[in-house]
Amino acid sequence: MSTPENQVPELPSSTKLISTLATVAMISGLLVVLVYEYTKPIIAENQRLATERAIFKVLPEAKTRLTFVVDQDKLILANDKTVGELVYAGYDANNRLVGVAINAAAQGYQGTIKILYGYKPDSACITGFDVLKSTETPGFGTKITTDPGFLANFKCLDAQVNVAQSGLINKIITVRYGTKQHDWEIDAISGSTITSNAIGRMLDKSGQAILPVIARNIEQLKQGQQ
Amino acid sequence: MTHTTKKETPLTLDVFTAGIWKENPVFVMMLGLCPVLAVTNSVLNSLAMGLASIFVLVCSNALVSALRNFIPKQVRITTYIIIIATFVTLVDYIIQAVSLDLYNRLGAFIQLIVVNCLILGRAEAYASKNSFTKSVVSAFGMGLGFTLALVMLGGVRELLGAGQLLGYQVFSTNFEPWVVMILPPGGFIVLGSWLLLINYIEQRKTGKIIANNTASHCTVESESFG
Repeated sequence: MSTPENQVPELPSSTKLISTLATVAMISGLLVVLVYEYTKPIIAENQRLATERAIFKVLPEAKTRLTFVVDQDKLILANDKTVGELVYAGYDANNRLVGVAINAAAQGYQGTIKILYGYKPDSACITGFDVLKSTETPGFGTKITTDPGFLANFKCLDAQVNVAQSGLINKIITVRYGTKQHDWEIDAISGSTITSNAIGRMLDKSGQAILPVIARNIEQLKQGQQ
Repeated sequence: MTHTTKKETPLTLDVFTAGIWKENPVFVMMLGLCPVLAVTNSVLNSLAMGLASIFVLVCSNALVSALRNFIPKQVRITTYIIIIATFVTLVDYIIQAVSLDLYNRLGAFIQLIVVNCLILGRAEAYASKNSFTKSVVSAFGMGLGFTLALVMLGGVRELLGAGQLLGYQVFSTNFEPWVVMILPPGGFIVLGSWLLLINYIEQRKTGKIIANNTASHCTVESESFG
């Protein structure tokens, strides 16, 4: 018992404390930078693949795609790193425009739901969507991707742009389960009303804003790469 | 240097196995229950979370143990947190590089490993007092025990909550999934059931030993009285 445990240890000099923390922080910084630099291109590639997978899922006929950024009334050719409202035009093997994939988001039951939806300018239909981000309740809100009745809404969801090209002719709206009458109405999933409503709201908001721009610039989109 | 090497117990198999059964972090010590309840809704999520925790636990305990004689007592917790946060950041980037899908499903829980009390607890209680090799071996055992517990929870929850195991359909499609199992309450129910079972087994084992001891003791006493 030469060194009693309860004896207050002498405080080391501040220099020692600071230098210890500085050394540890430097090792930490070095490790983080090394791994960050190494994984950065891999993560970027993963993100590109994820976007691509979503685009080709909502536009199954597409073989290639171009990215455009919405700049007020115009569409400007861009790449995936461009900041802004991006729309993706899909082309088939003959370089014909098959459809456009557009991002949309709205507040769901537990958080923001982000989707990418496919729009066919020829028939003015929304033809499907892919959920990019969702924290909805498993077994309830997640039914939006599996429920056959709900998916049937997207065979051809009417989204015609009005003559003035200022918005949609008919507001896209989610209606109570089993009461769908028009092509622009979405039949909600019974028991997942909040998530179904969110899909309707986000499609309407994005549709009113983006689809007129698509309509105005449809020739540019059809030309594609040429 | 000389102060901490007062009486190092030798490295035994027990150092490794303690974390798996006798001192299992989840079932016995009840440490780090937040990710245990949150991410164990499927086997794959549990496994990924377990592996990430093993990596952080082993690396941070190795570094803490290697630096244990250089870190002044006054700044030890700060230093441990910096070290742990470093490895969590690395895991965060690595998982993004391996699979974005997995990263999105685990959500914020990867970053939250920083505040998992299991890791800080082991750094303070074990790695800061034991040799490098012992710390690494013990951390690995603890990590395996943690992963085992996560997978045991994830397996039951995925099986009952989705009728699947590792994404493969186990029950026929007629099986109505118990959605509650995937939701947070399911985590509590399954954890509670496992604790009940494990404690029952433990108690029967110790109970038998006590019963045997008292039985032999009684016979001796009755003999002496007779």
